[in-house]
Amino acid sequence: MRRALTATAVFAAATIAFGFLLLPIVALFTHQSLRELLHQLTNPVVTDALVVSAKTSAIAQAAILLFGTPTAYLIARHRFPGRAFVITLVELPLVLPPAVAGVGLLVAFGRLGLLGSTFGALGIDVAFNQAAVVLAVTFVAGPLYMRQAIASFEAVDDNLVSASRTLGAGPERTFFRVVLPLARAGLAAGAALSLARGLGEFGATIMFAGSFQGVTQTLPLAIYAEFDRDFDVAVTISALLVIITAAILLSLKATALWPSSRRSSPSLFARSLSS
Amino acid sequence: MAELQAEFTLPLRSFALELALRTERTIALVGPSGAGKSSVLRVVAGLARPAAGRIALGGDAWFDVDSGVFLSPDRRSVGLVFQEYALFPHMSVRGNVAYGGAARVDEYLERFRIAHLAGADPGELSGCERQRVALARALARDPGVLLLDEPLSSLDANTKAAVRVELQELLHEFALPTILVTHDYDDAAALADEVGVIVDGRLRQLAPPQELVSNPADTFVASFTGANLLNGFAESRQGELTVVRLETGERIYSTDPVLGDVGVAVYPWEITVGRVEHADSALNVVRGTVRSVVHVGSRVRVRIGPITAEVTAASAEKLDLEGGGTVVATFKATGTRLLPLVR
Repeated sequence: MRRALTATAVFAAATIAFGFLLLPIVALFTHQSLRELLHQLTNPVVTDALVVSAKTSAIAQAAILLFGTPTAYLIARHRFPGRAFVITLVELPLVLPPAVAGVGLLVAFGRLGLLGSTFGALGIDVAFNQAAVVLAVTFVAGPLYMRQAIASFEAVDDNLVSASRTLGAGPERTFFRVVLPLARAGLAAGAALSLARGLGEFGATIMFAGSFQGVTQTLPLAIYAEFDRDFDVAVTISALLVIITAAILLSLKATALWPSSRRSSPSLFARSLSS
Repeated sequence: MAELQAEFTLPLRSFALELALRTERTIALVGPSGAGKSSVLRVVAGLARPAAGRIALGGDAWFDVDSGVFLSPDRRSVGLVFQEYALFPHMSVRGNVAYGGAARVDEYLERFRIAHLAGADPGELSGCERQRVALARALARDPGVLLLDEPLSSLDANTKAAVRVELQELLHEFALPTILVTHDYDDAAALADEVGVIVDGRLRQLAPPQELVSNPADTFVASFTGANLLNGFAESRQGELTVVRLETGERIYSTDPVLGDVGVAVYPWEITVGRVEHADSALNVVRGTVRSVVHVGSRVRVRIGPITAEVTAASAEKLDLEGGGTVVATFKATGTRLLPLVR
C-alpha cells in the first residue's frame, strides 16, 4: 500500500515536471492555427530577422572557429605561467551579464570608445550596424566554443602527439591527422553550443547594435519589438527559434554517436540515444 | 653500422639527468621508477631538449649545444615504441603502420604476423598484438635507432616470456643501435648487450650483464641485479681474506680487499643450503630458520634469515625445506663481494 503510494507520488511529480517544461513550448505552437503560423512566416519582419540572424551568426561562427581553434590549441598544449588566469579570462564573458557585455563593447569599439577614433580614422563604423551584431554575438558565444575546444584538445593523449612526431610527421600533419580527428566530436559540440547561444543573443546586441529591422534586428530582437506591436508575430518567431535550436541540439547529440567521440570528448549531455 | 652517441644534461624536476653512452647494439637502461630512464628516450627522440651535450648517429648530429643544432623528432631517424604503445585509436592497424611510411606496409604487416588484423581497430587487440603493431609502425619507417620504453611491462606473465624471445630475435635481426628502458633486470639481461643502471638521473654502472653480476659497482647495482645484501664492517685482513663482522654478529670472509663499512653482496645461486654444516671449501656459514619457500619455474627460492638462496626443486624436496626448521646456508669467500654502501 505504502509502496504504491510512493510510486504514485513519484509518477505525479514527474508528470508535473515534464508538463511544466513542455507546456510553454507546446503553447507556442497552439496559440494560433498552423495556417496562421505558416502565414506569419512570410511577414517581412520575420523574414528580415531570419536573414539578419542567419548572416550574422554565420559570420560570427566563422570568426569563432577561425580564431578560437588555434587559440584553444595553443592554450591546451602549452604550460606557461598565468595559464589558469588566461583560461579564466576566456571564460569571463560567459558569466558576464549581457548588459555589461553590451556596454563594454560600446566603450571599446563604439564611436566614443577606446578603439573608436582608430576605427573612425580607418573609416570603420561598428556601432548600430551588422558588424556590431557580429561583434556582440562573437563576444558572447565565442568563449563557449573555446572552453569546449580547450577541453577537447587537452583530452588528446600527449603520447599520440609525440608518436606522430617520431614517425616523421611535422606539427601541421600531426595536428590535421591526429589531434583534429580525435578532438573533432568535442569541437563540433562546442561549435553547436556557441551557435545556439549566439542565435539567442539579446542583451549585448540590443545595447551595442540597436534593433533596426533588416539591419541589426535578429530573431530575438524581433520578438521583443513585435511583443507590443503584433503579438502573433512574436509567437511565430518564438516557435521558429524553438525549431532551430531543437535542430541544433539534436545534431549535437548525433555527434555523440560519431565513432571517435567516445575516446576523445567528455560528454556534455546525458545520453538519450543509447548506442 | 652507425654508432649512436648520446651525452647530455637534462634538468628534471628534482635532479638533473646526466648521461654519456655510445652503442652500435642494444643497451638496456634499468633502474627504479622516476630515475629518469624514459627521459633518456625522449631526449634521444627529440621530444625533450637537453641543456647541454651532443646526440649523434654516426656523423649526423641531432643535437649539439655548441653548434646550436636541434633536430625536431620528425627529422631524426628514430623508431620509438611507447610504454602503452600509443597506437592511434582513430586509425586501423594498417593505418597505424602506414603512418610513418606507406611504402612497405604489407611487408611489415606480414613480418610481424598482423596482416590478418590490418583492418582492425587498435582497441580490439590483445596486449602482445598491440605491441607487434607498435613495433611494426616504428620499424616501417626504417629508422637508424630503435627506442623501446618498457616493452614488456604491459604484458601478463604468461605472454611476457614468449614476447621476450620474439623481441630478442627481432633485435638480433634488425641489428640497430637500440636503447631499451625497463625496471626489470632479468628482461634487461636477456635482451641487451650492455646494461646501464640509472639512479636519480646518473648512470651507476654500464657493463655487459655478466659483469654487472660478477663485479657490481655498488650495493644498489648488486641488489638490483638480484644479490643478497648484508651490512657489515670489514675489520681486518688475514692473508688473502677480509674478515667482515655482520650487523647480526656472524663473521664472513671475502677475497675483496676492503676495510670499513661495507655491503656484503652474494647471489642466491652462489649459496648452498644444507641441514647440517659440511666440512667443505665454503668459508661462510649463516645459520637460520626457513622463513619462506617460493617456487620459480624449476627453481626454488628459500629465505633463510636475512638471505635468499636458490636451489633446485629436487634439493628443496630432499631437504624438506617446506617443513621449515633450521638450515645452514654456506657460500664461498670468492663469491662474496664487498661493496661501498650507497644510501
